[in-house]
Amino acid sequence: MLAKNMQVVYKMPDALTDVAPTTLPGMTTTSSPRGRDVELQGFPLHMAEMLAQMPGASYIVRRSVHDPGHINQTRKAIKAALKVQLNQAGFSLVEILSNCPTNWGMSAMESMNFLKEQMVPFYPLGDYRIADAVKSLIVK
Amino acid sequence: MTRELWKGNEAIAESALRAGLEAYFGYPITPQTELLEYLARKMPEMKRVFIQAESEVAAINMVYGAAAGGARVMSSSSSPGVSLMQEGLSYIAASEVPVVLVDIMRGGPGLGNIAPTQADYFQLTKGGGHGDYHPIVLAPATVQEAADLTYEAFDLAEKYRCIVIVAADGNIGQMMEPAELPAPRQIDKRDRGWELTGAVGRERRIITSLYMQPEDLEQVNVRLQGKQKQIEQNEVRYQEYLLDDAEYAVIAFGTAARVALTAVKWARAKGIRVGLFRPISLFPFPYARVAELSKKVRALLVVEMNAGQMLEDVRLAARDALPISFFGKMGGTVPFPDDVLPEIEKMVG
Repeated sequence: MLAKNMQVVYKMPDALTDVAPTTLPGMTTTSSPRGRDVELQGFPLHMAEMLAQMPGASYIVRRSVHDPGHINQTRKAIKAALKVQLNQAGFSLVEILSNCPTNWGMSAMESMNFLKEQMVPFYPLGDYRIADAVKSLIVK
Repeated sequence: MTRELWKGNEAIAESALRAGLEAYFGYPITPQTELLEYLARKMPEMKRVFIQAESEVAAINMVYGAAAGGARVMSSSSSPGVSLMQEGLSYIAASEVPVVLVDIMRGGPGLGNIAPTQADYFQLTKGGGHGDYHPIVLAPATVQEAADLTYEAFDLAEKYRCIVIVAADGNIGQMMEPAELPAPRQIDKRDRGWELTGAVGRERRIITSLYMQPEDLEQVNVRLQGKQKQIEQNEVRYQEYLLDDAEYAVIAFGTAARVALTAVKWARAKGIRVGLFRPISLFPFPYARVAELSKKVRALLVVEMNAGQMLEDVRLAARDALPISFFGKMGGTVPFPDDVLPEIEKMVG
């Protein structure tokens, strides 16, 4: 399983925030003080969509943690991905949309709402590839 | 010019702008990030090119491209990021385009930490990437010197068409000190005969590092080595403190030299005739001057924020002429003068 934190902003130990691969277009960070300019800094990466196209990909999903229901779905997805790995059934990715209130300069609730209202529409949740061979491994 | 309070990283960034920096490509990494962020704010206002690349690998290759186009260009990073850049730096060295790189060194090996060290000495001064080359490496000990050396680095890079690395540790990047920054200047944009500007009405030029015929690549290496000899003759920089009547000497660079100087002064107050030798150019290393010094004093103490890297160059220069002791702090711990004074006393015996 691939575990990588694709941050919306980079959290530096001195509490600075810079453009990261999933920074939304126009989003202001300390390294994009005028907002992320897609002409100069490229478009955000849609990792799940990209990796779902690769040969060998078996379980590729995107989840979010903006409320208890979605947190539970995320837990199930991580469990499923690990099962796929234990069965050596191919490549798995669980892409998780997560919040960072401190470095977004928001309260916890505001950051949850930002996830739901801004991030989820840009990075749609869902199953991007579930190979036939792994379907039996996944608990609904 | 006015004396102002500057953070090291921002002083380097502003100094680069005043030196005529036209294009910057980088990627955030602590403890260097304020440098990139300062340029992110300033360069678009000045209609100059600032790009946060997707990685250090991308950044150094953008630098390579812009330098090949004749732009005054730089990047900056910190130790793990500079490791990622080494392939590109080797290509740049072979292609002979002028590039300035700032390394705000942090703890290693590996991801290490964000505390100041001098543990990139080997990587920076001995080449770093593959093949036979050395960048010019300049090591500031103050914010003022970091600004001055950055300003000058562009001239050196263009004079020799080589890489110049400003090697400061995280301490110099992060601390604030009064400094008088150099004046803004216009850069000479006349054609220098090698840059790629579009071959309209002239012979085409090629910038490459690929030479499939060994004899051709041998000639490139002979030229690079010749240039390196010139650099070794012309660009050695160092500073000496209290060495005129010294019987003992401490050798240190960057932040370690500032700490060592305090200890040297304390030792002087105790009647020990000791001085400090501070290399500013780590490549070219001041071998000749250290060799002279090793004939003049009774013993040397090398102080570094690493496990003993410059120490090897000091030994090469001194050639067993005298006892050489070493005191190093690793992992981002910084020596105190209280640590260095007993080492001086031990050297004296």
